[in-house]
Amino acid sequence: MNRDWLPRAVLAGIGVPLGILAARACAGLLGANPIATALNQLGLLSLALLVASLTCTPLRLVTGASFPMRIRRTLGLAAFFCGVLHALVYLALDQGLAWRALVKDAVARPFIALGVAALLAMVPLAVTSTRRAQQRLGGRRWRRLHRLAYLAGALAVGHYLLRVKADVTEPALYGTVVALGFAARLIRGRSRRSGTASERRVGGNLEATSAREEKLQNSP
Amino acid sequence: MSRRSLPPEPRGDAITPPELYVRRRELLGRAGAFVATAAGFGASLTWLSQRGAADPPPAPPSLPSLGERDGDDPFARVRESPLSLPRSEATPFEAITTYNNFYELGLSKSAPARNAGSLRARPWTVRIDGEVHAPTTVDIETLLRDFPLEERVYRMRCVEAWSMVIPWLGFPLAALLERVRPTSNARFVKLVTLHDPAQLPGQQSDVLDWPYVEGLRLDEAMHPLTLLAVGLYGRPLLGQNGAPLRLVVPWKYGFKGVKSIVSIELVRERPRTSWALAAPEEYGFYANVNPTVDHPRWSQASERRIGQLERIATLPFNGYAESVAHLYRGMDLQAEF
Repeated sequence: MNRDWLPRAVLAGIGVPLGILAARACAGLLGANPIATALNQLGLLSLALLVASLTCTPLRLVTGASFPMRIRRTLGLAAFFCGVLHALVYLALDQGLAWRALVKDAVARPFIALGVAALLAMVPLAVTSTRRAQQRLGGRRWRRLHRLAYLAGALAVGHYLLRVKADVTEPALYGTVVALGFAARLIRGRSRRSGTASERRVGGNLEATSAREEKLQNSP
Repeated sequence: MSRRSLPPEPRGDAITPPELYVRRRELLGRAGAFVATAAGFGASLTWLSQRGAADPPPAPPSLPSLGERDGDDPFARVRESPLSLPRSEATPFEAITTYNNFYELGLSKSAPARNAGSLRARPWTVRIDGEVHAPTTVDIETLLRDFPLEERVYRMRCVEAWSMVIPWLGFPLAALLERVRPTSNARFVKLVTLHDPAQLPGQQSDVLDWPYVEGLRLDEAMHPLTLLAVGLYGRPLLGQNGAPLRLVVPWKYGFKGVKSIVSIELVRERPRTSWALAAPEEYGFYANVNPTVDHPRWSQASERRIGQLERIATLPFNGYAESVAHLYRGMDLQAEF
């Protein structure tokens, strides 16, 4: 057991709702509109995982706990995976691969367009999720690129917000979590920037901090 | 004792390595933490992903009983109607009674079937008043006795782009309106759902302005296709389908079909209807099924018939254009959607 067990446990956990969904689908237990049920569950799963991955860094910043950084990548990749499944169910089962209507919908309807944009924003993040890609890009550029995650989160929440007909409670809750995490990072970033001068005088301290961060982010 | 009777020594590779043996407690602890984390995380995710529109379906209800069947039972003597589709096209009872939009009983599709027990459909009275010569309050049993029931198998197209075929049981709204004799001032009909948060717990939330109000132009209300339904599949309506009395207007989107009606009022002005008030750009007063007028968030060109995989083309006026298109002659249906 050299590898970290925590992300593997999280991965096994993600298998639970997916397994239940697959079993229900095979047994014909998804109700009168099984495609809509599968579509909605995969969408919510992807959103929940994306929002969870977005709260990892703020959680570490606020509490100092290191465990969120051990599962951040797993959560983000799982969110992307469920998002792809969600899109595939929509394309193949819901719309029956009627491409012309699909393209028209994606362009004309903000609801669809936001969902497409959220998924597309996650593609570069998934592609550069490996340690090798991280090293190739360099910490600073990698971190800058991965700010896209917040854009993906905002787009996904917007997509969900436009999906509900009257009750916006749930999308508003997800939006609040994303916004709080973003605010925590902004405030932390600002206080760090204002503290730069003094830290520079101490010399090397700041460097050490970011090196430690790098290490935490790199740990799988 | 000879050496031969001793059991053979275990093979070398079957012996637990000492480093594992020494760390056994730690490894067991880790396995426990692994299982606990996976289970906890999995359960939370399952809970989160099955909320709202994504919740799993409820158990299908059993057919409502008819009680004593005698000659006086209105459900025992049902007329056929030339306005009906063949019964063979009907969506299964199970789907019609577990996949519902009835926000007063919960926001998800399965919630109404789960929560329908709180709605008491008997005793039930309906107030009919406004611009009529003979206002009245009438008991549901009286309605059932006075108006012969017909089976009308109608297409039902939801504004959410799914559809069913439902074998309704009911009588034309026109028959009831003729009984109360509208005055010459009556131009619209306003129909209202029961407002009782104890029976309809969804009314405790403010997702819509309660009670639910729907309306029709008088000529739409008098059209022979317009039905006051009291049952489906030959049985009395279940709570999730709008027991004991609901409106069915087959050429309009399903949200026009106001459920659990307690008031029918003839009015001069166009009534302010619930969904048109909540989101006027998305839901119009007329709400005629129209594949060329898209909902702002999705296309109305096609629909999923519940129980079928392939989407099918949506028809103008939900396939009833021949009977009802004349009601809208000269109107701009893109503007008056």
